[in-house]
Amino acid sequence: MATVFRVGNASGFSGDRVDAAGPVVDTLIELGGPSALFFETLAERTVALAQLEKRKNPDRGYEPMLERLLEPILLKCLRHGITLIGNFGAANPPAAARVIARLAKRLGESHVRIAVVTGDDVQDLNLNEHTVYEADAGLDMAAGELIAANAYLSAQPIVQALKAGAQVVVTGRTGDPSLALAPLMYHFGWSMDDWQQLAVGATAGHLLECGAQITGGYFEDPGYKDVPDPANVGFPIAEVHADGRLFITKALRTGGLVTPETVKEQLLYEIHDPSHYITPDVVLDLTGVSVEQVGVDRVQIQGMHGKPAPSTVKVTACFDGGWLGEGEISYAGPNCVARARRAAEVLRQRVAQRKLPVSLRIDLIGLASVHDGDAGTLWQSSTAQPQDVRVRLAASSVLQDDAEQAAREVLALYCCGPAGGGGVRWRTTQRIRTQSYLIDPGLLQVGYTLRTAQAWAA
Amino acid sequence: MNATSTVKVPLHAVAHARAGDKGNRLNVCLMPYDARAYEALAQQLTPERVQAAYAHRGATAVKRYDLPLLPAFNFVIDNVLEGGVNGSLNLDGHGKSNAFILLGLWVDLPPELVKALGT
Repeated sequence: MATVFRVGNASGFSGDRVDAAGPVVDTLIELGGPSALFFETLAERTVALAQLEKRKNPDRGYEPMLERLLEPILLKCLRHGITLIGNFGAANPPAAARVIARLAKRLGESHVRIAVVTGDDVQDLNLNEHTVYEADAGLDMAAGELIAANAYLSAQPIVQALKAGAQVVVTGRTGDPSLALAPLMYHFGWSMDDWQQLAVGATAGHLLECGAQITGGYFEDPGYKDVPDPANVGFPIAEVHADGRLFITKALRTGGLVTPETVKEQLLYEIHDPSHYITPDVVLDLTGVSVEQVGVDRVQIQGMHGKPAPSTVKVTACFDGGWLGEGEISYAGPNCVARARRAAEVLRQRVAQRKLPVSLRIDLIGLASVHDGDAGTLWQSSTAQPQDVRVRLAASSVLQDDAEQAAREVLALYCCGPAGGGGVRWRTTQRIRTQSYLIDPGLLQVGYTLRTAQAWAA
Repeated sequence: MNATSTVKVPLHAVAHARAGDKGNRLNVCLMPYDARAYEALAQQLTPERVQAAYAHRGATAVKRYDLPLLPAFNFVIDNVLEGGVNGSLNLDGHGKSNAFILLGLWVDLPPELVKALGT
């Protein structure tokens, strides 16, 4: 057993840069030693959107960029023993495995061993019997059809698949940090109740799970926090030592940077109580963490503390959440703010006059939008005189037609609204609402299926 | 701290921040560029003051967690996302841009520290 194991990350969400993996893989090969690469592509609601895709086509419902993500690096990883792990199975891990298998065969690697982790999809459980943990405000359980229900699996099934010889592991819903923790547990032989070691691995996973967010992505604030070559920001690599030391670095010869500032922003990202950050494998206490620059693009993290894993498993259920209609139109040049304000008034009046059963919000992009509340208090009191203003209407409704009719009122401003309106875009989007439950892990049937590419592709 | 011995500076000039969401709850972590500013910020960035900065968004409570070793603060702000990403009509339903609401506050710091921070 080598005393150092490296875990690289090549994706922080579904929609991340598709060419991130190459430099990470090249770096792992160049540095030598055992390593793994993971892809995190499954945000909370992504799995529900994937389920909707799977309903339309039973061969879909996995990460749509899967082939594009893996094709440039699959052969290199197999030849250099770099384990590939990803939750890119989304709602349909077996279909993702078949795609990878066909890709491997095409590249001449029909014997590659691909594992699919099973058991996260719990749509068949009667969730109403279980404790509600978190819910969207105003979620009426009876109102929306169940689209997806997935348990956050631990690192365990991945570890078991690796023990059985898997070279590629495809999962659906798994705790994000577990994707990085699993190969560390396997390599170092950490037991599932060695809370201190698990804390190191889960912290590494937490720091890496959002990809470039720890290497200068989502960080730059020109003049305050500058980032070199952000168009080629390097994705992160965690270097974990058998004695529990943890270093974060990044792919060689890439843009971005790793500093205490980049690490701290990611360490606390989406954390609430830092003394009690729950992952499926271990509860993290981050209150004693310190970070130190120990080299160029190299930061050491220490002081994380592990507490026993939760006795329950979190399940997130996604329901049909009605529809969102959006429409936008721009006004520019002399008196554009007054024309945009008039358009906003007209839109409000039209929606009220037509008695459309929608919740309505209007933004004046250029005066205030994302920082404003639904009442528009910031843009209404703004005295700014920008070169152009974009009026945005947003309307939510139970039925698609009502949201669409509200959005089309923006379109109608072309001929009926204030002078010089241009660039209308409008659309409706199906909404997903979520509710989380805590369930007894004994209710889950977690496992894995391991086959060669030849067998998956058959 | 004696009021006469400080100068007023934008928080954005002396600290950086990142926001994340969970349902209708936002967390904003805030780190001073210079650790010596931590104590002064701890005195001034009270949960009440931060809640006021997000009042127009409907914030109902703010809890501040202190991490003096980093050093950093983690502000957890309740009911500030118009229902959260699944129900919000806000373009930024995740509230990802909202760290910069906090950074829009002004703070008082000793001038030697402000100079050290290059502002």
